[in-house]
Amino acid sequence: MNSSVIVFPGSNCDRDVAFALEKLKFKNTMVWHKDMHLPKSDLIVIPGGFSYGDYLRSGAIAAKSNILNEVIKAGKDGCLVLGICNGFQILTETGLLKGALLRNKNLKFLGKDVYVKSLNTDNKFCNKYEQDQVLKLNIAHNEGNFFTDPDHLKELEDKNLIPFKYCDQKGNINEENNPNGSLNNIAGIFNDKKNILGMMPHPERMIDKIISNDDGVNLFTSLLN
Amino acid sequence: MKITNTIVEKHGLKPDEFSKIKELLKREPNLLELGVFSAMWNEHCSYKSSRIHLKNLPTKGKLVIQGPGENAGVIDIGDDDAIVFKIESHNHPSYIEPYQGAATGVGGILRDVFTMGARPLALLNSIHFGSPDHPKTKSLLNGVVAGIGGYGNCIGIPTVAGETKFDSTYNENILVNAMAVGHVKKDKIFYSKAKGLNKSVVYVGSKTGRDGIHGASMASAEFDENSEEKRPTVQVGDPFTEKLLMEACLELMQGKSIISIQDMGAAGLTSSSVEMASKGELGIELDLDKVPCREEGMTPYEMMLSESQERMLIILEDDKEKEAKKIFEKWDLDFVVIGMTTNTNNLTLKFKGETIGEIPIGALASKAPLYDRKWTKTKLPQKKINIKDLKKISLEDALLKILSSPNQSNKSWITDQFDQMVMTNTAQRSGADAAIIRIHKKEKAVAVTVDSSANYCKAHPITGGKQIVCESWRNLISVGAKPIAITNCLNFGNPEDPKIMGEFSECLIGLREACEFLDFPVVSGNVSFYNGTNKKNINPTPVIGGVGLIQNTKNKINHILKKEGNLILQIGKTFGHLYQSFFFKEIYSITEGPPPEVNLSNERNNGDAVSKLINSKLIASAHDLATGGLILALTEMCLPSEYGLKIEKPQKLSNLMEYYFGEDQSRYLIEVEPKNLPNVTKILNENNIFNELVATVQKSYFEIFGEFKIDTNELYKINNKWYNNY
Repeated sequence: MNSSVIVFPGSNCDRDVAFALEKLKFKNTMVWHKDMHLPKSDLIVIPGGFSYGDYLRSGAIAAKSNILNEVIKAGKDGCLVLGICNGFQILTETGLLKGALLRNKNLKFLGKDVYVKSLNTDNKFCNKYEQDQVLKLNIAHNEGNFFTDPDHLKELEDKNLIPFKYCDQKGNINEENNPNGSLNNIAGIFNDKKNILGMMPHPERMIDKIISNDDGVNLFTSLLN
Repeated sequence: MKITNTIVEKHGLKPDEFSKIKELLKREPNLLELGVFSAMWNEHCSYKSSRIHLKNLPTKGKLVIQGPGENAGVIDIGDDDAIVFKIESHNHPSYIEPYQGAATGVGGILRDVFTMGARPLALLNSIHFGSPDHPKTKSLLNGVVAGIGGYGNCIGIPTVAGETKFDSTYNENILVNAMAVGHVKKDKIFYSKAKGLNKSVVYVGSKTGRDGIHGASMASAEFDENSEEKRPTVQVGDPFTEKLLMEACLELMQGKSIISIQDMGAAGLTSSSVEMASKGELGIELDLDKVPCREEGMTPYEMMLSESQERMLIILEDDKEKEAKKIFEKWDLDFVVIGMTTNTNNLTLKFKGETIGEIPIGALASKAPLYDRKWTKTKLPQKKINIKDLKKISLEDALLKILSSPNQSNKSWITDQFDQMVMTNTAQRSGADAAIIRIHKKEKAVAVTVDSSANYCKAHPITGGKQIVCESWRNLISVGAKPIAITNCLNFGNPEDPKIMGEFSECLIGLREACEFLDFPVVSGNVSFYNGTNKKNINPTPVIGGVGLIQNTKNKINHILKKEGNLILQIGKTFGHLYQSFFFKEIYSITEGPPPEVNLSNERNNGDAVSKLINSKLIASAHDLATGGLILALTEMCLPSEYGLKIEKPQKLSNLMEYYFGEDQSRYLIEVEPKNLPNVTKILNENNIFNELVATVQKSYFEIFGEFKIDTNELYKINNKWYNNY
């Protein structure tokens, strides 16, 4: 499977996600933000980091870069697109995903392991997870507090477009285990067609038990199914 | 303009230093030249009070590739891999503007590491604040922690370890020390020594602004009547630009264009150009019209003394300009040839076609003042307290009070503000004896730790100096690493006071002894004097950053309890030393008496034995004993685990407080599965290592028979409340 990782000035998880993809047998290409054309890709990853230093608003400037026009086109044509952390913020800024990521409720950067529950396995990204499986993933963000209008929130819930919600170790989803203030404990969302996934936790940080755990592996290997 | 005594004084130069300048120049300097001298001759750049003592430190070793004197130290970790690391202070700026002060401290130390060709792997910090009750402490804590996180998180280097302490000695002068560790291929290390005549001197990175000009406090109308406004003297950091600069430099370093490279840190353009020329025994000529400036109308004085961040000076090979420029343009950074190397041995400054300053490089560097300041010895304080005379407190009450104190409380409030996982090689995050960073795509890892013991150093500097080196060594051993080398950040008061100078030189004597004995050389460091306000000096606070090697990341070990029924053995003897202990200070506010004795042979033997046990995979966890003694070490093993402990009563010492809270050195705790006990004790006995059973791992409760029994969840809550309620 061919993957492309988009690199902006200020991206800092580009190497990490590329390493994960290569380890899990993707054929990966790094794509510079000034490029006008995307290589042939089955998966496009917009990595975490501080694209353009988070100036203006996180993700806002990256959403206007050359390569994003190509990503938007590909995403609309059904290409798989994964936005992690800053990548999720960028996807909401492009409109490929609706909603916005606000400052964390405690107004501080949050870097820690959290539990998330896998709530939709009937899609390309999560088919190797079990329904209601609890995963331990790492978050690292200033703006991860998912917000959207009531209609969109209802649509997300009704159409089952929320693959991950923050929970406790046992899978209970409640306010106490909501690290950043996200509506309904949302940690990630799909677009309508479920070919575009934006998520705040970093699956690429959980691919090796010596370092952390391997709860993130299936997110990538599901795509190979 | 006539240089008056007032102007000289405002540049921080003494009258005799000014006379020396005139002697070296054989004339009066102009204001620009005076500014350049003041930047190079200040304590921070010239090490004029400390050089004479620093030269006694052991800086060589089989694995040392580069010792002090470069941007950072370099050690050999086998194959073609080397580790570059250094620690540096940013105390004064952080007190004035905590966020930017701390952030630019991180930025500065990262540049020191990537200037040498290394990709930074990890950041550490040692931060000391005043008493929590002091009105400034809370905002300083908030600002410093956010600043450290803000810079490291954005540039994408994990902040993996640190220490945070509170003590009224830092009320008016906090300490913010940042350490960076990087990895480089041995054949791709870059140095700052210039080579060759007429080579292009290139300025890259951010534009130069008026921030950080040392003399911004000199609001004298004479020399900046044209400047519209004053920026605060604290530099402003931009981690985004630094990220670009780092990537651009590392990309350029792949090729063969660079002769030498130096970051613009303290004293900016002045010190970077002088240092390169001085090491290369060359002259350097700068055309200041070409310096990229952030503001219009900047004077040569301002350009030479600005401490704007995220800038570098590079000397390029002939005909490599185009290739190099292309890389910097890709990253949207300035790239301007601003001068060249010369054979004059002078720093020559040109502006608008005229030579406006000319100073022999030697006068700025090798001939800078060197002081052998007076210093006094500190006597070993006497033991005057009889513990039986103190007001009684139960063991449980004492433990709970200490566990909930600011200095012992769980620090996740701080570490949760740091990205510890970016780069995905953090095999041990903060909270352990040392952090562990795997080398990208390799099996091996480095262990890193920062430590300080200011109260021990205050009580008896020689012992204190020895003790911190030992503590650093123990911390590395405890995670399964072989200790290799250290970097030190020496935070002291006013060196003109013989008592302070005595603290400094005696701490260094202690450092030297321990480093020599343990083969643990010093490869880089930084001295920060004048920490204090209104004649009130801080306690001497040398901070040690230790680095060790783990051959295979799989062999790492930590301090967290692993299994019910396992036995906890203590390595090393307990004598019950309570002077200078956490217990005396927190419970009785007693700060007198000597620090615990340091026996370097025991330290080495015990450490080697623990290493042997770890390498033989005979133990399940390991932890060093430090502040708070045995009982605190036991709680530290218990709190992050799923288990509790059943703790033994002492067999010999009659006083429980001395036994449980004594801070005797060279001790470790190890967790052993019962089936491995015979082999473990055999190895320990063969090596004549004193050991005793101190506890057994059990479920749910932390208890000492006949004293108390606490649910571990309760213990966790007590340990976790302070920061959240502060």
